[in-house]
Amino acid sequence: MKIRYLVLILITFSFASVFIGVSNVSPLDLFHLTEDQAQILLVSRLPRLVSILIAGMSMSICGLIMQQLSRNKFVSPTTAGTLDSARLGILVSMMMFTAASPFQKMLVSFAFALIGTFIFMKILDKIKFKDAIFIPLVGLMFGNIISSISTFFAYRNDLIQNMSSWMQGDFSMIMSGNYELLYVSIPILALAFFYANKFTIAGMGEDFSKNLGLNYRQVVNLGLIIVALVTASVVLTVGVIPFLGLIIPNIVTIYRGDHLKKSIIHTALLGAVFVLFCDIIGRLIIYPYEVPISLTVGVIGSGIFIYLLLRRKKYGL
Amino acid sequence: MGYKKKTIILAIIAILLAMLYIFYDLRGNIGYILPRRIIKVVAIVLTGGAIAFSTTIFMTITNNRILTPSVLGLDSLYLLVQTFIIFIFGANSLVMMSSNINYLVSIGIMVLFSLLLYRFLFRGEKNNIYFLLLIGMILGTFFGSFTDFMQVLIDPNEFMVAQDRMFASVNNVNTDLVYISIIIIVAALIYFMRFYKYLDVMALGKEHAVNLGVPYDYIVKRLLVIVAILISVSTALIGPITFLGLLVVNVSYELMKTYRHFYVIWGSVFISIIALVGGQFVVEKIFTFDTTISVIINFIGGVYFIYLLLKENKSW
Amino acid sequence: MVDIKNVFKMYNQKKVVDDVSISIEKGTITSFIGPNGAGKSTLISMISRLIAKDDGEITIDGQDIMKTKNNELAKKISILKQSNSINLKLTIRELVAFGRFPYSQGKLRNEDWVKVDEAIRYMELGEIQDKYLDELSGGQRQRAHIAMVLAQDTEYILLDEPLNNLDMRHSVQIMKTLRKLVDELGKTILLVIHDINFASCYSDHIVALKDGKIIKQGRTCDVIDQCVLKDIYDMDIEIQNIDDRKICVYF
Repeated sequence: MKIRYLVLILITFSFASVFIGVSNVSPLDLFHLTEDQAQILLVSRLPRLVSILIAGMSMSICGLIMQQLSRNKFVSPTTAGTLDSARLGILVSMMMFTAASPFQKMLVSFAFALIGTFIFMKILDKIKFKDAIFIPLVGLMFGNIISSISTFFAYRNDLIQNMSSWMQGDFSMIMSGNYELLYVSIPILALAFFYANKFTIAGMGEDFSKNLGLNYRQVVNLGLIIVALVTASVVLTVGVIPFLGLIIPNIVTIYRGDHLKKSIIHTALLGAVFVLFCDIIGRLIIYPYEVPISLTVGVIGSGIFIYLLLRRKKYGL
Repeated sequence: MGYKKKTIILAIIAILLAMLYIFYDLRGNIGYILPRRIIKVVAIVLTGGAIAFSTTIFMTITNNRILTPSVLGLDSLYLLVQTFIIFIFGANSLVMMSSNINYLVSIGIMVLFSLLLYRFLFRGEKNNIYFLLLIGMILGTFFGSFTDFMQVLIDPNEFMVAQDRMFASVNNVNTDLVYISIIIIVAALIYFMRFYKYLDVMALGKEHAVNLGVPYDYIVKRLLVIVAILISVSTALIGPITFLGLLVVNVSYELMKTYRHFYVIWGSVFISIIALVGGQFVVEKIFTFDTTISVIINFIGGVYFIYLLLKENKSW
Repeated sequence: MVDIKNVFKMYNQKKVVDDVSISIEKGTITSFIGPNGAGKSTLISMISRLIAKDDGEITIDGQDIMKTKNNELAKKISILKQSNSINLKLTIRELVAFGRFPYSQGKLRNEDWVKVDEAIRYMELGEIQDKYLDELSGGQRQRAHIAMVLAQDTEYILLDEPLNNLDMRHSVQIMKTLRKLVDELGKTILLVIHDINFASCYSDHIVALKDGKIIKQGRTCDVIDQCVLKDIYDMDIEIQNIDDRKICVYF
């Protein structure tokens, strides 16, 4: 698939996304908007579109970076405990500082996501049996454990239902004023783009990178920081969107190959297109109600993931 | 100290703890309280034993000490079923509906699910067990998304009922269900006995086992079915305790320092009972029901698991 | 006698073993040689029913291996694969005792322990028999595994690269032991081996495989031949006779 087709699809979907909703705003109204309609566009529809685009792109790229660094196709924020750690972080910040600002929450959540991912990478080092299937299994177990720790605290503070509600990714609550934190991702993604080559080299292993004169630790740490920061900001504003970082990079790899520099733009675009698509489906399927994005992506994503697993020999994953 | 001695000591501790739990501070209406406590202990012994036993077998089949049957996605499926019932019929239905029916339906769905999963993945030749587990785990996540979705939509008051189901608890164990569970578990164990002699050899790995004349694939499939049944029964009886098996079987291996399944299984069963009875005692007397046993055990089991993973080890 | 007739095996549309037919006589050592990916390990795994064949027939003493009961077969044929990653807390003696499983089903009788002791003695492991596997060197562990196969006391023994990770002294020691097993106890041994000089010096027959097909099979002196080796390995290999042994010089 050429980039321009992806861009074309992205624009079409974005356009559709803006004009789907309970309040009627049609493209024809665009030139003579009533005050209400303008309000809806600016406060709800456009922020929603922007947050979908950012979340889709950044979670996909996070997955891509993690796969490069761990040299395993099935490692992603979902399968490495990053998402669960970020969630634990939010819970802790809610318990410790009741009046925490979103930014403070994000910092705490970022710290947890970073530590969690770091522990996972340490575990990877210790595991001798590096079967491609076994690693994500360990990662998912690790994630479950982190959530059982969250549950422990949530239960004691009567936050279980609360936690379920911000565990699931949901764009319907996005409005101007509560999603701006997502913009943090943009400069970070730019950074990821500049470091793309280095991540690929670091993925070849410590000895290989040293041989090429690359500071291995530094690059890996930078990669993990990027992943943790982006994940924290997305989880806090949108919620958990499972499988995104897992399937998008793998689909791109199938037709673009493994070199990060070559695939990073495709990954970002496809991620955005995919989330947009799922969001539109979620909004239409039980119209006028909405299915949260975590469910649509979860259903479609797990289906795609299982398909990829079944066909993995064929695609050389 | 030899492993035989250790097994006996563990058994004694388990029995003493059970006694302590039953007779501690026994006041008031003894005719009511005593049978209640005994039923609770029986439920704990059943669940703890079934989980420890099936996890040991499971680790032998997978040749790995960091995997538990909970990765098959059965816990999540159970929660989905419970949430679904509340979502569709309301919380009252769960109270109204005979708990026997709920119990049997839950077990039926879980066992059916695992059979379908096995069947689907074991056709064809390249049946990698890790693959089976990963698929199970993804389906578990998938069920989890649905559960979360419904939980948010449920009325907060009704949610309290759902929440009770999310966490294992022996406080409202139904006596009838304990009897049914005993029957199912005993039946599963009788069926298991014919495979018992193969366990030690299977721990050597598939190639060695086949070389030594073990009909490996045949036995693995049967053992997986037994595991699914035991896990389903214990989950439906008191609720999911995801990391209990992981915790007790690993402790048992560390303590026993032997490969012989006879001692590892008994060790883990006793440790499991000690953990559950002790935990229940702590929950009732110290936390005064402020938390649930499964939350504590999952917490401890989870932390211990991370410790195991980070410790240099050759077992995985 | 092991009879292999028109056996096939495919992996992902690639023929790994392609129409192979061999008969192996009793009381001999047969070496399977060939470049990487020739299908040697796959073939030997199929003979020992570790992996299923796609087509063809394999019989041992006239019995089809797929129709023989697992337990009966385990008394007739044993295999040792190259990856021996057992991570149990086992001593050598306990490991060797597992070799008696086909006979004892886990409950060892006196005659089983006699066999275990014999196997340990044969592999000269007596002094370290109570050491745990993870305390052993690579060579000791390899010998312990071979002792387990010996305790299994089968007529046919299949070994997949038994010399992997062994130094020269241990390699020679193991090959001599194998020779002794054939000459003294009348066993039949099939092994996959990379070093053609070991194959040349110790085996009675050699089967040369390449791309899943048999290129040449026959007595050792017929296969260790400049033209044949050129076909197998695509390189010129000079052969010298030293003390009546054919030594390949391929450096």
